[in-house]
Amino acid sequence: MPLRGTTHRMAIACLAIVCAAGCAGRGTAPNTVGAARVAAAPSVRDSSILNTGSDTLVNLALAWAERYMALQPEVRISVTGGGSGTGIASLINGTIQIANASREMSAEEIAEANKNGITPVRFTVALDAIAVVVNPRNPVKGLTLRQISDLYAGKTARWSSIGGDDRPVVLLSRESNSGTYVYFLEQVLRLGDGKSTTLFSPETLLMPSSEGISTEVRQNVNAIGYDGLGYVTADQKMVAVARTAAGPFVLPSAATVLDKSYPVSRPLYMYTAGEPSGAVRAYLDWVMSEGQGLVTELGFVPLRKSGQ
Amino acid sequence: MTASPRGRARIRISRFSEFTIETLIRVLGFSTIGLVLLIFLFLLREGVPVFFQVPLRGLFSTRWYPTFGIFGTLPLILGSILVTLLAIVIALPLGVATAVFVREVAPRWAREILKPIIEVLAGIPSVVLGFFGMTFVAPMVRDVLGAPTGLTAFSGAIILAYMALPTLISVAEDALDSVPRSYRDAGLAMGATRWQTIWRVVVPAARSGILTAVMLGMGRAIGETMAVMMVTGNAAVMPSSLASLFRPVRTMTATIAAEMGEVARGSTHYHALFGIGIILFVLTFVINLAAAKAIFQKRRKGGLR
Repeated sequence: MPLRGTTHRMAIACLAIVCAAGCAGRGTAPNTVGAARVAAAPSVRDSSILNTGSDTLVNLALAWAERYMALQPEVRISVTGGGSGTGIASLINGTIQIANASREMSAEEIAEANKNGITPVRFTVALDAIAVVVNPRNPVKGLTLRQISDLYAGKTARWSSIGGDDRPVVLLSRESNSGTYVYFLEQVLRLGDGKSTTLFSPETLLMPSSEGISTEVRQNVNAIGYDGLGYVTADQKMVAVARTAAGPFVLPSAATVLDKSYPVSRPLYMYTAGEPSGAVRAYLDWVMSEGQGLVTELGFVPLRKSGQ
Repeated sequence: MTASPRGRARIRISRFSEFTIETLIRVLGFSTIGLVLLIFLFLLREGVPVFFQVPLRGLFSTRWYPTFGIFGTLPLILGSILVTLLAIVIALPLGVATAVFVREVAPRWAREILKPIIEVLAGIPSVVLGFFGMTFVAPMVRDVLGAPTGLTAFSGAIILAYMALPTLISVAEDALDSVPRSYRDAGLAMGATRWQTIWRVVVPAARSGILTAVMLGMGRAIGETMAVMMVTGNAAVMPSSLASLFRPVRTMTATIAAEMGEVARGSTHYHALFGIGIILFVLTFVINLAAAKAIFQKRRKGGLR
């Protein structure tokens, strides 16, 4: 019993260090790495899982960790955000066990991991739809991918040219450190064309958080934004999206993501350093089976329809 | 008069402890300087490579797309300068007027209440002001001015002005305080009204101190990150005309804060962010140097003119 108390205290200390590092992480990435390395002392590694990465996934990852720790009190899981890039960098440095990512690792990142003797293994843990949102007072109901691309490339300056009021368009995007930004650029702005060099218009407002986007969309009739389905609040209007002008225009939801009729959806990943074993393996197995029950609650789409 | 052996021991002990304390203070003092130096060296080591990796023409071009290897820092530098200058333009009249009121006009009891309140202003966390700006100032700027969005350089400047005000007011008030009483008496004795005495005698006499206050306020404004990031919209557009004041801008500080979390260590983007840090450091250094010079001149001229 006293031994277990010690382990707990150490785990809590780790948690505190990781939290502190995570909070400071924005400005000082190297420090995050340093602090996390201290936290991952070998003696606690088996029962303590460090989980860092995607801001899209962070709420879901936290919910999973809390539920799992309630079921398995001997396991400590600490979750921090910071962006997919941050999580992957920590995995490459060997300071965490699981990295959350809303995009696949790039070839450079995999090469760098291999150089450190780490083979990243990818697990798909949930699905996410990227919703395109406008102010509820904006009459535009549906847009094609091409129209959204033209909007964000700065080719469409006024809403009137795509069936809206005669108002200027204000483009909102997440910061370039978010996996959502990269995904939106590749799949929507460039329409999935790998050779395209289209960029976000320089006029695009880069918001530091999902909250920034939702506040501006709620207040500003001119605004258009995009974010993960789980982050769309009721006071924003989702736009139905079509692959071609012929339609169909589809609103994002769990059903339309699963039957692939909604065009802007993507898998969310957890990466481990090498084939996981022990506590990490057990946790990931749980996440991909029973843990899926939490996915819908947080606004994401589970891997399978419930009941299957 | 020989001291007893016991007294001599006591003197020796007190000499020893004095020596220890003195050394300790000296080490601490020098270590502060050493730390600043080390931080500066670190900044140089991480930032200088970008000046070799990216040609200078590219570095001072007008587009900032770091994810795609386009590192034009000009919109960021101009964005920072624009927001800071505008903030000072807003804060200066307000700050000087408040300082004059607190020091020259307000009755004693009002001064006693006002001064601590102004000091409390300085303690409001910038993220709170940023949130206030995002939910209150930005919509107001949009509705009143009819701009497409309220997240503009102007909104950022309002928030920054508010943040620079406490510094500006207290330094300006100190400057007014150092104007000798005889000046005021002389002014009044010459038949000038109170307003004429304040405006034509006291404020000009405190001019260099007020200049210092402006410099310090500017130093505070240009380095501010969180509030600016939340309010200015962060679009890296080149400010081109007066209308740019009411357009979104991206500052150097917001860029560093927003992008440092993601960037791969050792990449060009990483060095570019530290490069921006160097530019920011140089700018702040110049401002502080100017402030120090103003203080020095003030001392030389006995606090006047």
